[in-house]
Amino acid sequence: MTTMQTSPVQIDIENLSLSFGNTEVLKGVNLAIRPGEFFAFLGPSGSGKSTLLRAIAGFGPTPKGQIKLDGQDIVGSVPWQRNVGMVFQSYALWPHMTVAKNVAFGLEERKVPASEIGPKVRAALELVGMGDYAERFPSQLSGGQQQRVALARTIVVEPRVLLLDEPLSNLDANLRVQMRQDLLKLQRRLGITTIFVTHDQEEANTICDRIAVMADGVVQQIGRPDEVYDNPANSFVAKFLGTANILQGVVAQADGGMHFECGDSLRIPVAADEKPGKAQLVVRPESIELEAAATSGGLAGKVDSAEFLGGMVRYAVDVSGQQLLVDERHTRGKKRMDKGEIVSLKLDPEQAVLIRD
Amino acid sequence: MSSAAIARPVRFSSLGPYMVAGIVVLFLGAFLLVPVLKVIQVAFQDPSSGSFTMVNFQDFFNSSLFRQSFFNSVYVSGMSVVFASAFALPLAYFTTRFNFSGSVIIQTLAFVPLIMPPFIGAVAMQLLFGSNGSVNLLMRDWFGFDIPFMEGLNGVIFVQSIHYFPFILINLSASLQNIDRSMEEAGQMLGSSGFRLFRRIVFPLAMPGYIAGASLVFVKVFDDLGTPLLLNVNTMLAPQAYLRISSIGISDPMGYVISCILIVFSVFAMWVAFLGMRGKDYSTTQKGGGGLSKRDLRSHEAILCYVVIFSILGIVLAPHLGLLLLSFGSVWSFSVLPDSFTTSHYGTAFTSAWTFIKNTLIYAGLAGVIDIVLGTAIAYVVMRTNVIGRKWLDYLAVSALAVPGVVLGIGYLRVFYGVNMPFTDQPMATWWGIIVIALAVRRLPYALRSCTAALQQVSPSLEEASENLGASKFRTVRRIVVPLMASGLVAGFVTSFSTAAVELSATIMLVSTENDAPLAYGLYLFMQSAAGRGPGAALGVMAVIIVGLATYLSHRMVDRARQQRSSMEQATGDVA
Repeated sequence: MTTMQTSPVQIDIENLSLSFGNTEVLKGVNLAIRPGEFFAFLGPSGSGKSTLLRAIAGFGPTPKGQIKLDGQDIVGSVPWQRNVGMVFQSYALWPHMTVAKNVAFGLEERKVPASEIGPKVRAALELVGMGDYAERFPSQLSGGQQQRVALARTIVVEPRVLLLDEPLSNLDANLRVQMRQDLLKLQRRLGITTIFVTHDQEEANTICDRIAVMADGVVQQIGRPDEVYDNPANSFVAKFLGTANILQGVVAQADGGMHFECGDSLRIPVAADEKPGKAQLVVRPESIELEAAATSGGLAGKVDSAEFLGGMVRYAVDVSGQQLLVDERHTRGKKRMDKGEIVSLKLDPEQAVLIRD
Repeated sequence: MSSAAIARPVRFSSLGPYMVAGIVVLFLGAFLLVPVLKVIQVAFQDPSSGSFTMVNFQDFFNSSLFRQSFFNSVYVSGMSVVFASAFALPLAYFTTRFNFSGSVIIQTLAFVPLIMPPFIGAVAMQLLFGSNGSVNLLMRDWFGFDIPFMEGLNGVIFVQSIHYFPFILINLSASLQNIDRSMEEAGQMLGSSGFRLFRRIVFPLAMPGYIAGASLVFVKVFDDLGTPLLLNVNTMLAPQAYLRISSIGISDPMGYVISCILIVFSVFAMWVAFLGMRGKDYSTTQKGGGGLSKRDLRSHEAILCYVVIFSILGIVLAPHLGLLLLSFGSVWSFSVLPDSFTTSHYGTAFTSAWTFIKNTLIYAGLAGVIDIVLGTAIAYVVMRTNVIGRKWLDYLAVSALAVPGVVLGIGYLRVFYGVNMPFTDQPMATWWGIIVIALAVRRLPYALRSCTAALQQVSPSLEEASENLGASKFRTVRRIVVPLMASGLVAGFVTSFSTAAVELSATIMLVSTENDAPLAYGLYLFMQSAAGRGPGAALGVMAVIIVGLATYLSHRMVDRARQQRSSMEQATGDVA
């Protein structure tokens, strides 16, 4: 399948804004996606992630700003001249054509000689594991199979970039896990710069090289999934990726160093160059340790509730009026703390992140 | 997880659906099945002995007049489909695919031809396009030749394609509106655009709608009686049937033989439509889809579109323009425009035709109400109950489509002449109510289609929620289902009403006295004489305005309901 290998393309999005009528959907987006990268736009409904993807493909209103593929601005050019491949959330397979006809369509539009079309279609279908289904109609395929055909139809024309719009949202849970690994393998094999739109952080985290977290038409943070998780830029990112305790407090000078203070009992040392003033502290539930009250020394708290999640137990602990979530690893036979029990929390300052919204 | 895993309890305990189905079956049996079977039976009967025979059919095909009539009917119907397609295609495409100021008005205007009996249009068309009509007078002056638009069969084709093209427009527009945006975007993404995209993706996806519309046009033209009659083209099947029955009598077998042939052809056309659509439910709006793709036009494209649209509207509205001129013209003959103008025809029309207007409002209104009641009942029984054989109820109602008006009229005359009305002892075939019933039976398929579409949009879970909260089946239908179907029901009523108001084929057979005659029949009488044409045209204009307004309002209602629904979906779905 070396024929489908294209030299990967760099995507630069510069100051991109877009409105539907009076509603501003994208507000000055800046992004640089490296050649061959598997990149995700991650965000909730209405964050503008699908709109941004469609703008790259050339659909929707013409945006302001620039979208560059290897330095060449494509804003304003028509979709059929961009050679940007997109897999639609609904797959958009044409019901009046067989699988083979669907896949051959783009080649025919590109005036590929008829003798080459057959082999290319077969190769693309083989690549997605749908070689045996060429003569079926889309209505005779399951959702997962339709998805694979949609992929084959898009990659057979060797597009410069591959855009995936919530590709897994219409599949059931097991298939989703399988399919995302297949997608990753395919992407690596083709080496094509790929953008994946999703609202599911697990999908983005598991297969993407880097993610852009989006909200309100603005990119909130860009980075490797684990980097973003560990160092959220703001409270939105902290809450959207995983679960986070966000403590409201102030940074102040005390005991000869800078500290984050929250309530009477909580005081955590922070870097010496932090400016004083209002701030928030992000602490992940898994980075708080919880001990029975007898082993004192930490923050005193009272268990409000406990949820058994399988591999762990999530406690909600009341610490002088603030509720903190604490995850404790569960092992066989381990005793669960009861509601009302007095506990002691240990919080490693290294595990906390100071943010200022 | 899936609710399908829990079998829905079979509601045999409730006899309600069976009673409803039973009433519908009785009605359709008496007023559709029995008359049609009677017609078929008589066609195969020796008129004197009453025994089975094929001799009537032999006689039919041995006559060169009947063979010619047969050929003409097929030819005219086929050509009408061709021209109707040429009118409908651009209108449907432009108004559904582009952001177009005036789309609603264009679509509404394009429906206008349907609300005028084609035979009235025929008179106006003679004056505009006939050999001594306005257009040809001008052409002779300017270019020295003329075009035989209205000569013989040409005239029938011209008038019919203008009248019936909205059927293709409606179905094609609906199909086009069901194509999800992503279907076209996927094509664009792969390098297709413009006319190629239309030819390879859009039109094939809209094909089922087109075939449905085209076969309907074929059948309608094949069965139509009024237009050829008024244009004096008698060598077609429907006029032949009418002439045999009206001049020779209801015992003449030729009328019944022709009826059989009309039925066979109608069934055949419907079968073709069925084959074309089988397994092709291309409605592609789906989860994760983006709704309808509409794009803005560049200014030169917009100008081109408007030119095409206004040319087509100019042609298809020509009968109305002609009618308007005729209604205000004092004398109009051998001239481009009437010699002088007057409003006196309207006065004449009001005083002498008030009975016709009143009768029409009553007949078409009653027929419309009967249709949506029957339509809702049938749609509900078919889609939401377990009544055994419920599919056949649907087939029975829709089969009325395959029964030409002439055939139904002949059947009613034959069957109900012998049945006397209670109290008055008048033969049922001459009672005004039989006209209402004939109209209702003939328009039922259209109303049923609207009702079915409307019911499909009401999710069963909405009903289950109501039943869960303690409402009975009947109350659920009344309080939840019918209100949610309202816009579809209005659309169904208006379709039934407006087409019933202008129907002539069956009524011309069933009207026994002028006092019971509806507008279409009155117009037909007026149009027979030169003196009656002015008042006749005035009547026609009034009919067009009333029905046009009703159509526009129902459009607005359906549109508003659709907007509400889509804003509801947007509120719950991903709009990113």
